[in-house]
Amino acid sequence: MSDADAARRKQDFENGLNGSDAQVASFEGHEKTFVDRLQHFLHANPTMVPIIVLLLSVAAFGVIAGGNFFSAFNLSLIMQQVSIIGILAAAQSLVILTAGIDLSVGASMVLVSVIMGNLAVNMGVPTPLAIGIGFICGTLAGMLNGFFVTRVKLPPFIVTLGTWNIFFALNLWLSGAQSIRSQDIDATAPLLKFFGESVRIGGAQFTFGSILMVLIFAVLWYVLNRTAWGRHVYAVGDDKEAAELSGIRTDRTLVQVYAAAGLVCAIGAWAAIGRVGSVSPQSFQEANLQSITAVVIGGISLFGGRGSIIGPLVGALIVGVFNSGLRLAGVDVLWQVFAIGWLTIIAVAMDQWIRKVSA
Amino acid sequence: MTHSQPLAQPLAQSSAQAVLTARGLVKHYGRVVALNHADFDLYAGEVLAVIGDNGAGKTTLIKAISGAIRPDEGEIRLDGKPVSFRSPLEAREHGIETVYQTLALSPALSIADNMFLGRELRKPGFMGRWFRALDREAMERQARQKLSDLGLMTIQNIGQAVETLSGGQRQGVAVARAAAFGSKVIVMDEPTAALGVKESRRVLELIQDVKARGMPIVLISHNMPHVFEVADRIHVHRLGRRLCVIDPKEYTMSDAVAFMTGAKEPPAEAMAA
Repeated sequence: MSDADAARRKQDFENGLNGSDAQVASFEGHEKTFVDRLQHFLHANPTMVPIIVLLLSVAAFGVIAGGNFFSAFNLSLIMQQVSIIGILAAAQSLVILTAGIDLSVGASMVLVSVIMGNLAVNMGVPTPLAIGIGFICGTLAGMLNGFFVTRVKLPPFIVTLGTWNIFFALNLWLSGAQSIRSQDIDATAPLLKFFGESVRIGGAQFTFGSILMVLIFAVLWYVLNRTAWGRHVYAVGDDKEAAELSGIRTDRTLVQVYAAAGLVCAIGAWAAIGRVGSVSPQSFQEANLQSITAVVIGGISLFGGRGSIIGPLVGALIVGVFNSGLRLAGVDVLWQVFAIGWLTIIAVAMDQWIRKVSA
Repeated sequence: MTHSQPLAQPLAQSSAQAVLTARGLVKHYGRVVALNHADFDLYAGEVLAVIGDNGAGKTTLIKAISGAIRPDEGEIRLDGKPVSFRSPLEAREHGIETVYQTLALSPALSIADNMFLGRELRKPGFMGRWFRALDREAMERQARQKLSDLGLMTIQNIGQAVETLSGGQRQGVAVARAAAFGSKVIVMDEPTAALGVKESRRVLELIQDVKARGMPIVLISHNMPHVFEVADRIHVHRLGRRLCVIDPKEYTMSDAVAFMTGAKEPPAEAMAA
């Protein structure tokens, strides 16, 4: 039978391949323009965009705002100002890397700081225990988000929109909408303000809170890039179904991501008490949106799986540099907000452009 | 349940040892019956093609074997022992690797990361034990080794993201991953469907290479020339069950198409048990 015979050798139509170009899947070497090369470079090094923007904006504000801006004190002050938003951005990055979003980071942080303050100051619980309970509550709050996202299969936006309100209401209920005053914390639980302390190095003054922010990013960088779990986080955000078929327990990874984000928020809660000096249930109302801004400016894709954890640190610093520089230049606060708005849109537009890189 | 009956031996040549068998698999999706008491036999060292019309239940059958779904009824045996997979991970742990039609690669991760996804190597000693540090060098070295074993080292940089590879190269990475880790069976779902002539040829050669190392392969394909070229036996799936198993040397492609569409009754000796 001719059919069956033919089946044992190459297909006839494939004879057309004889004498064909032996190169495998190479592309015609069209001239690469500077823009093409730039696009490739940025695709391979996604963190370079925010770093370049940070350096340019530091240089620009150094010229505009003059010497005050460049002082070591002012630069360390910027770090101090962005430390809480930076820590929340670290938590936010974990969730956004999985193609999710966490609107509850700010609310869960304030809730945890109220829990810590209430336990340590009003109820006389030993401060380290109060902090530990706060960490557990933050982790549980994150796991609650993770539970709804994976088991009930709700979109992260909806889940965290709900828990944002729930955590905020719980926080008002627990605190009775009352702040815990700074002097009361000093009297009973000074450890809560540990991250408000600072060290002087030359003219710079680094609070422990700013050092903590850098440490958190360093730890997350290691975990995301040097451990299997970190690779799984990227894979889940990139293509969840492919990750599942590759043998990753994607739902478990997602719950762990939300729980880790909750824990980072709880650590941020401790740092926030030191930063503000008191426990205020009404503080950090816009912190969730500011953390998303830092993540986006830092070049992490909202569609998941792309971007480096160092980006949001740089993104938070960019926001701080703009605010500080514009203020020192005597510009009205509204223009700071205006500038951050444009930065966000430009950052996402850049991300889209870089993703379209041709192979 | 029919697991107590002896294995069907529909063809004389296939007296070889059965590696993977399934008996009486049933799977419903709501009121739709995807598998209707389907049987399946894969023997050592062979390439078994599975063909069938759209909706015949090929994919469901393959998903049951690779752990992506759990059949409602029926039994799967691997090397004669009953197995039940709750996830693709469990099937992989039993030595069944699947190359999905979608390839299941993470585009933004590197080739090495993708090949070791879900079974990463950790550094020996302190860093690996306490800090769970990945052994990048070892993974990249092994990934490069596996790719060159299959003649795929036209890829210059093992650290490049999979999304920068061509379709054929991606298929190569997915096949290399399966070949590198599969110890019992490799399942390939439509491996040539998205490829050009040259890339298809490369994948067919890969299938022969993997088979030459004694690894049995299940090949799902709509491409009759490809099926008839590489398959030792052809499992024809129709209406949720195995209709017959034919020898590609004894039947033509048009016979196969006629059987799978119901245009022609298969001969009695090819009918499965």
